[in-house]
Amino acid sequence: MSTKPTPRVRVPAQVKPGEIFEIKTLISHEMESGQRKDSAGKTIPRKIINKFVAAFNGKTVFEADWNPAISANPYQSFFYKAVESGEFTFTWKDDDGSDYVSKNKLTVAA
Amino acid sequence: MVWNSVETTRREALALASIFGFAALLAPKMSFADEQAVAAEIKKLYGDKKTESGKIKLDVPEIAENGLVVPVNVEVESPMTEADYVKAVHVFADGNPLPGIVSYKFTPACGKASASTRMRLAQTQNIICIAEMSNGNLHMAKANVKVTIGGCGG
Repeated sequence: MSTKPTPRVRVPAQVKPGEIFEIKTLISHEMESGQRKDSAGKTIPRKIINKFVAAFNGKTVFEADWNPAISANPYQSFFYKAVESGEFTFTWKDDDGSDYVSKNKLTVAA
Repeated sequence: MVWNSVETTRREALALASIFGFAALLAPKMSFADEQAVAAEIKKLYGDKKTESGKIKLDVPEIAENGLVVPVNVEVESPMTEADYVKAVHVFADGNPLPGIVSYKFTPACGKASASTRMRLAQTQNIICIAEMSNGNLHMAKANVKVTIGGCGG
């Protein structure tokens, strides 16, 4: 049933130095809470993305620890202040140990 | 919707929801977190430290029709400089099976201590938000969300 989670990230292509802009991220994932039961009454084991990390040029700038209370296909937005051009690395960490990664370039120009 | 990953039809989902709703009235209570559980979580993080009000803008809908997807936005007033910034923000709920919702770690590079996500709420309950500043001060905010259809079970 489950397909490989695909991240979708929106980062502006070009920003001015000092500009504070919003980054929006979304990833397809069922975020199985571990609270639900299947038709036989057995608890469906938990399988969620428990951590989201945003790094810029290798330095972590924002982190979110997600609990099972986060909705399926989790959305996360946050802000970043432009200083220099570079690359974002967004990482989603799954309960099963896998990482889903998205890289997005940012150009800072006046 | 393309994002729907659970393979049930709307009709089945509604039927299940009504069964679960009815069962919830009869069956012994499902275990939910409560105010004490949230207080215990906060104590685990920060001990008995005093919290102040203000500085936090906790934006949640007053009424959530669908408890499966409830938008939650937190914004903390701060200059976000190396000397004075918001270190962490924790969001809890006092009526879900587990009290924790999300914990954020901010850095001065963020420019603004604001983040949005979407959460599941099992029933009408309070959302409690606690922000830790770089100088160690704690701020707290609380909001009530009325949930029409709970986001748990069915």
